[in-house]
Amino acid sequence: MAAKLAAIFFSMILVNNYVLVKFLGICAFLGVSKRMDSAVGMSCAVTVVMVIATAVIWPIQQLLDAWGLGYLQTVLFILVIATLVQLLELFLKKFIPPLYVSLGVYLPLITTNCAVLGVTILNIDEGYTFPESLVCALGAGIGFMLAMVMFSIVRGRVEAAKPPKCFEGLPITLVAASIVALSFTGFGGIVENIFGA
Amino acid sequence: MEEKKSKLSIVTNGLIKENPALRLVLGTCPTLAVTTSALNGLGMGLSATFVLICSGIVISALRKVIPGTVRLPSYITIIAGFVTVLMMLMQAFLPSLNDALGVYLPLIVVNCIILGRAEMFASKNNVLDSALDGLGMGLGFTLTLVIMGVVREVLGSGTLFGLDLHIPLEPMTLFITPTGGFLVFGVLMAAVIWIEEKTNNRKERNIGCEGCPSAELCQDKTCEKAPAEATNGKEGA
Repeated sequence: MAAKLAAIFFSMILVNNYVLVKFLGICAFLGVSKRMDSAVGMSCAVTVVMVIATAVIWPIQQLLDAWGLGYLQTVLFILVIATLVQLLELFLKKFIPPLYVSLGVYLPLITTNCAVLGVTILNIDEGYTFPESLVCALGAGIGFMLAMVMFSIVRGRVEAAKPPKCFEGLPITLVAASIVALSFTGFGGIVENIFGA
Repeated sequence: MEEKKSKLSIVTNGLIKENPALRLVLGTCPTLAVTTSALNGLGMGLSATFVLICSGIVISALRKVIPGTVRLPSYITIIAGFVTVLMMLMQAFLPSLNDALGVYLPLIVVNCIILGRAEMFASKNNVLDSALDGLGMGLGFTLTLVIMGVVREVLGSGTLFGLDLHIPLEPMTLFITPTGGFLVFGVLMAAVIWIEEKTNNRKERNIGCEGCPSAELCQDKTCEKAPAEATNGKEGA
């Protein structure tokens, strides 16, 4: 059990990294990775929302399955996530203002972040149990953070460089992301070998 | 005169002038993820086109009914409804494409192109124009995905639309990995910018912000706009 959870956790961070391997949440990855502090803030917010959304959505999916309403999955999931993000924003604003200042500004961006919807759907597709789903969501969030932080550092260097004119701005950022993604392909198979899952 | 834009220009607008993936930089996730083969790119593009046209028609028909304050949730619900229809059709008639697109099919719901066009176009224009705009945007998106798919499939697997091209070189698997996705998209965008510079109409690219429905909420706090980015970069350097 513990080994399986550990295998899921680390494979979500390294092998199936959401941003660099599965291409989920690219908008945030390219848009918010300019500075280290905003990269960390955004990824903390994403991690929190991912775990809470998974905790809420997993039981709902069991109800859908029981009632034979599986086709409502997409509609229901996106509405639950949207509501959840709004509630979280209100909650933080009212009860934990300092946290609202550091995380709250990123919350509106998360509703349409495909990484959150992606993790909830993939958990169902993989047939994970409740604890496995939570660990998977946590791993996905931390993997997101790892990619964001690494890339914000890389980007600091890229901004200072002077590429050919037509590569300036977004194209060179994408090429840099491609090299960062290349480093992650090196992790393929490593988790399976360590945890024997 | 401005009001009487020709119907054709609405369609072609999305193809080249406001190509969603390459000029507006929307829908980056599927652009990178599903273009490992030309066929997947085509399938994804046409799926998005279907949702764009249908949600454009409905949102534009309901634009006077939906109150401004709850418009985003309403749009999302309408879009999610059409995505569900699309998924059911795919499962019934194109199961292999359904498997190939996998999770990216339901993720069309959060594709910024669709929500972006709902917000920018369908909520302000009549039904016919919105449908045409959806068609143009969808075809523009499909065009980009197919170009990406062709490049990646030919270089990465040595095939085109599944047919073996008998290229006498070992296929470079790198191009069908995520690394190749970022690389091809970056180079393709650079090529488009190169053409834009030759024809003197370079377009500033804000990463996803232009059509992002949350842009007015976050107001530069999180996504740095391109002009600000340029000055920041200079200060930093």
